[in-house]
Amino acid sequence: MNGYRPGPVALLCALVVAVFLLMPLLAVVPVSFTPSRMLSMPTGGLSLRHYRTLIDDPRWLDSILLSLRVGVVSSTLATLLALAFSLGIWMFRPRFAAALVGFVLLPMIVPPVVSAITLYFLLTWLSGVGGFAGYDTWPGVVLAHVVVTVPFAVVLILVSLSQVDRRIDLAARGLGASTWERATKVIVPNIKFGILTAWLLSFVLSWEEIGVTLFITSVNAITLPRLIWMGLRDNIDPAIAAISVILILITVTVLTARIVHRRARGRE
Amino acid sequence: MFVRTFRICGLVTLASVAGAYAIAYVWVRGTPGQRLAAEYCILVPFWISVLTRAFGWVALLSNQGLINTWLRATGMLSEPLPMVRNEFGVIVGMTHFLIPFAVFPIASAMRALDERVLLAARGLGAGRTRIFWSVFVPMTMPGVIGAALIVFVFALGFFITPAILGGGRSVMVAELVYLRIFQSPDWGLGAAISITLVVIVGALSAALFRYLRPSQMAG
Repeated sequence: MNGYRPGPVALLCALVVAVFLLMPLLAVVPVSFTPSRMLSMPTGGLSLRHYRTLIDDPRWLDSILLSLRVGVVSSTLATLLALAFSLGIWMFRPRFAAALVGFVLLPMIVPPVVSAITLYFLLTWLSGVGGFAGYDTWPGVVLAHVVVTVPFAVVLILVSLSQVDRRIDLAARGLGASTWERATKVIVPNIKFGILTAWLLSFVLSWEEIGVTLFITSVNAITLPRLIWMGLRDNIDPAIAAISVILILITVTVLTARIVHRRARGRE
Repeated sequence: MFVRTFRICGLVTLASVAGAYAIAYVWVRGTPGQRLAAEYCILVPFWISVLTRAFGWVALLSNQGLINTWLRATGMLSEPLPMVRNEFGVIVGMTHFLIPFAVFPIASAMRALDERVLLAARGLGAGRTRIFWSVFVPMTMPGVIGAALIVFVFALGFFITPAILGGGRSVMVAELVYLRIFQSPDWGLGAAISITLVVIVGALSAALFRYLRPSQMAG
């Protein structure tokens, strides 16, 4: 195996790409410590004032809490919907299964702007008829995020279902298990890892979602990405650099944990 | 407008696929240490929000950004080099966003490649460079084409990065929809552009599926 390692030219090219990929992430770090109110390189001393802003300014805290709430609720709903859909497809194999899956995956392929407009019209209409989840409300954002994230959850759950041995289900059926028992006691325990992954991915997608959120919120339901967007558009606020550094650190930590975990499992 | 969007998307696709190929090659075939480094370089940006990444480019490229500050401090330039609020910034930002998406199909094509083909090529007397260009690259082409289609489709409907790095000057089609709906209420035009986008993206996705099916069957 692996008789051919990349040569020096290939390594050099990859290095250029790697630097290109990491550069903007690293650039954020010094900016977040600038003592100035403007976006700039720190000249003279370093300062933590922009990290303080994140704690002191209620807007940041509020938007973080809102994003967490929207993320948890919408990813739970999206995972439940995706689970119900995938179980139905897998257990009953309806005649138009391929068409149904294609239909459910549509929001993944449609450009985000188009989903955004559709949801914008839907939510303004819902507010018009006095719905619970309307334009610029947090349940509205949840609704929109569920629509956007369900396809991704469906893909992950379908993939993990495809690895389940159908004979387990047949055995359960032969032993007289009802449909509900087959689903909850036999199939779901076998795909619990896939379900967890689907939930996590939905959460991350919702936590970062900006394209659709931008269309369906204005002043009340300001999620974290929305607040960052506003800060980027007006005058660039170095507090964005501070929150970015924190988000990057979380990402790197989670990734490292995953890689370490995978190594540990691989060694067993 | 559509011409400019297509030009930007085309350039972005070329740059992303080329960059993705280089890093995927190391990710798949490098030493364990190189693989780990490549994995970080691919996955960290992939999981980080598009806003953070666009912001990073603003911090680097803007007139008060790191590159311009450094260039002026070393006396290489007297005037800041305009690198954001133009097409250059948009292309850089979008390429950065899309490289990880291009890496996955390319890497899976590289993993699927049968090692023995390379050994056979060597047995027949081909040198390293020759093996790479006449065997490795053609055999991973399906992954490259798949990646190019995915990147192009994503790039077409994309408006966050262009909006931040383009500063409203080099407007892309998707961003125009946003402006038409919110800044100058012209819902008809916004909707018409959306439909056009859906049709183009639909056609490209259909091409993608048609292209992927036979190759999966063969594999």
